[in-house]
Amino acid sequence: MTLQVDDLRVCYRTLMGEVRALDGVSFTVADGEIMGVVGESGCGKSTLGKSLVRLDNRMKHVGGTVTVDGEPLPIADDRAMNRFRFTSVSIIPQYAMSALNPTRRIGRLVADLLDAHGMSYAATRPELVRRLALVGLPETVLDSYPIELSGGMKQRVVLVLSTLRDPALLVADEVTSALDVSTQRAVAQTLVEFRDRGYVRGMLVVTHDISLVYQIADTIMVMYAGRLAEKAPSDVVVTEPLHPYTQLLIGALPEVGARFSERRLTGIPGRPPGLRNPPQGCRFRARCPLAFDKCAEQPPFVEVAENHQVACWKAGS
Amino acid sequence: MRRYFGRKLAIYALTFVVAVTLNWIIPRFMPGDPVLRMLTRTSVSNPEAIAPMRAYYENVFGLDVPLWKQYVNYWVELFQGNLGVSVWLFPAPVADVILHAVPYTLALLLPSILLSWWAGNKVGALAARSTWLDNTALPVSYALTATPYMWLGILLAWGLGIVAGVFPVAGGYSFELRPDWSWVFVGSLALHWFLPFLSLFLVAFGGWAIGMRNLIIYELEADYASYLAALGAPRRLIRRYAFRNALLPQITGLALQLGVLVSGALVTEIVFAYPGLGHLILQAIQNQDFFLLQGAFLFIVIGVLVANFVIDIVYVLVDPRTRTGMQGAA
Ligand SMILES: Nc1ncnc2c1ncn2[C@@H]1O[C@H](COP(=O)(O)OP(=O)(O)O)[C@@H](O)[C@H]1O
Ligand code: SF4
Ligand SMILES: [Mg+2]
Repeated sequence: MTLQVDDLRVCYRTLMGEVRALDGVSFTVADGEIMGVVGESGCGKSTLGKSLVRLDNRMKHVGGTVTVDGEPLPIADDRAMNRFRFTSVSIIPQYAMSALNPTRRIGRLVADLLDAHGMSYAATRPELVRRLALVGLPETVLDSYPIELSGGMKQRVVLVLSTLRDPALLVADEVTSALDVSTQRAVAQTLVEFRDRGYVRGMLVVTHDISLVYQIADTIMVMYAGRLAEKAPSDVVVTEPLHPYTQLLIGALPEVGARFSERRLTGIPGRPPGLRNPPQGCRFRARCPLAFDKCAEQPPFVEVAENHQVACWKAGS
Repeated sequence: MRRYFGRKLAIYALTFVVAVTLNWIIPRFMPGDPVLRMLTRTSVSNPEAIAPMRAYYENVFGLDVPLWKQYVNYWVELFQGNLGVSVWLFPAPVADVILHAVPYTLALLLPSILLSWWAGNKVGALAARSTWLDNTALPVSYALTATPYMWLGILLAWGLGIVAGVFPVAGGYSFELRPDWSWVFVGSLALHWFLPFLSLFLVAFGGWAIGMRNLIIYELEADYASYLAALGAPRRLIRRYAFRNALLPQITGLALQLGVLVSGALVTEIVFAYPGLGHLILQAIQNQDFFLLQGAFLFIVIGVLVANFVIDIVYVLVDPRTRTGMQGAA
C-alpha cells in the first residue's frame, strides 16, 4: 500500500475565521494506482493535494493522519516534512506554468535543487536528459530560461522535475487545465507512462474534468464541499454512479459525438456551499434533487459494493 | 539584440537633438537681457559709450548674427566643447565653471547613492526575515523617507553643526583656505562634505530598505518559491532566489538615481551652500546667466541619456525576461 489518509482535516486561517476546506477525508491509494480526484471548483481538491506535500502558511492541520508506505508523514511540521518531499511525496502544483524561477536557467535550477538535497547534478543529468526526451523535450531546455518555453513545455519540465527522484506518491493538480485538447491527451498519457515505468508509484490526478481523468485513472474519487462523496473504479463511477452529485457531474458531460457547447454550459444548478460555515447534514442537500428528511443528518461514507464507497442516504442498502 | 540597441541608440540621438534645441530656445525667450545686465553692471553713464559696448558684448555672446546662425553656431561650438561665456563670472567660459562644480557634486552624490543603496538593500533583506529587525528598522526607515528632505537637512545642520559644533554647516571647504592638496585642506573638505552626505544618505537609505523588504516578501510568496518549498528545498536556497530577483527592480532604481546624479542635489547644495552643480544652477538663475544655465542643463541631459542607455544594457544583462521580449520569441 502506498498512501493511506485517515480522517484528514485541514483548514485555512483567514481574517474572517477558519475555512474548513478538508473535513474528515479517508481513503487509500494502492501501489501503482492512479486515482482521479474530481469535483467542481472549490470542493477542496487542491487543498487535499497540498496537504499531502506542503501546507502553506495559511493552512492548518486540524486532525487526521497520512502514511506513505506505512510511515506516518509529519504533515504539520514543515521542517520534518522536508525529508519526505521530492523523495517520497511530490507535487505538480496547479500553477505549474509559473513554478520555475524566471531568472534562472532550468539546468541551473535543477542543479541548485539537487545540490540542496546533497545530490550530484552531473551524476543525475543523464537520467534527467533521458526523461526530458521521454516527454518530448530536447536537452537544450536545460539551457533555457522558463520564459523561452511554451506553457506545455514548462508543464512537462515540472513533471520531469517533480518525479526525478521516483517518489512513492505524485499529486498532479490540474495539469491539463491550461492546455489545449490535443496536448491534454498527451500529458495524460505521459502520466500513465511515468507510472508504468515506475517513476512514480501512486498518483493523485486532481481535475475538474472527469472525461479526461476517466481515460487514465484506475479509481475516481468525487469530492464535494471538503468531503468525499463517492469513490469507485473509474468505469463504475462513470457508468453506474450512485451519488446524486456524481450522477449530475456525469450527466453534465458532453456525450460522445454530441456538440460540446450546449451541454457543458448547463452544468449543475447552484454552487458548492462556502466552507466557512458549512451546512449541517449532507452538504449537497441544497442542490440535491433526491433530498429528503434524513439528509439533515450527515451521511457516512460507506462501502455499498466491493471497492465502491458512497456518502448518501439514498445510495446505501 | 543588434537591432534592439540600434533602435535604442536612434531614439537617444533624437532625444538629444530635441533636448539641445529646447535648451537653446528656452533661455532666449526667458525674461531678462544678459547684455543689458552686463551694461548696468559696468554702469556706464555716457550714452554714446553704450552703443559700442553693447556691440562688443553681443559679439562676445554671439548674439550679433541672425537667429538661425546662432543656432548653427551653437551646435558647432557644442562639438568643440565650447559652451559660451558666463555672464555671472564674466569672462570665465561656461565649460570651466561647470567642470569646477562637477567634482563636488560627484563626491557628494556617488557615495551617498551607492552606499545608501548597498546598506538599504542589506538591511531590507535582513528585515524581511527577522521580526525583530522588521519592528525596529522598518519604522525608522518609514520615518526617514517620510521626512521632508529640507527639514532633515536643516535639522542635521542645526543639531550636529550649530548646537554640537562638530561639523561646519556651509561651503565646500573653510573660507580661510586656498584649494591645494595639503592635509589641512583635504581635512576641511571632508568635514564640510560630511553633513550634506549624511542627509542624502539617510533619506535614500530608508527608501531602499523599505523597497527591498517589500520586494523580498513579495518574491517569497511567488509561485516558484512555493514550488521549491514543495520539493523540499531548504529555506536558504529559496531566500537566495528571492533576494536575487528582488534585486532586479532595485538595480533599475539605482540606475535611475545615477541618471539624475549629474543634476546635483539642488536642495542639499542650497541648504549647505555646497559649491556643486545645483548651487551653480541657482546662481545662474539669480544672475540671469542663461549661458551658464544652458551649459548646466546640457550637462544634465547628456548625463541622463548616458545613464539611461547604461540602464538598458545592464537590464538586458541581468534579467533574462527582457532578452526574449527583444527577440520577439515566445
Ligand atoms: N488561501 C485560502 N484562504 C482561504 N480559503 C481558501 C484558500 N484557498 C482555498 N480556500 C477555500 O478552500 C476551499 C477549497 O479550495 P481548493 O482546495 O482550492 O478547491 P479546488 O482545488 O477543488 O478548486 C474553497 O472553498 C476555497 O474558497
Ligand atoms: S444524502 Fe440526501 S441530500 Fe445528500 S446526496 Fe444523498 S439524497 Fe442527496
Ligand atoms: Mg484546485
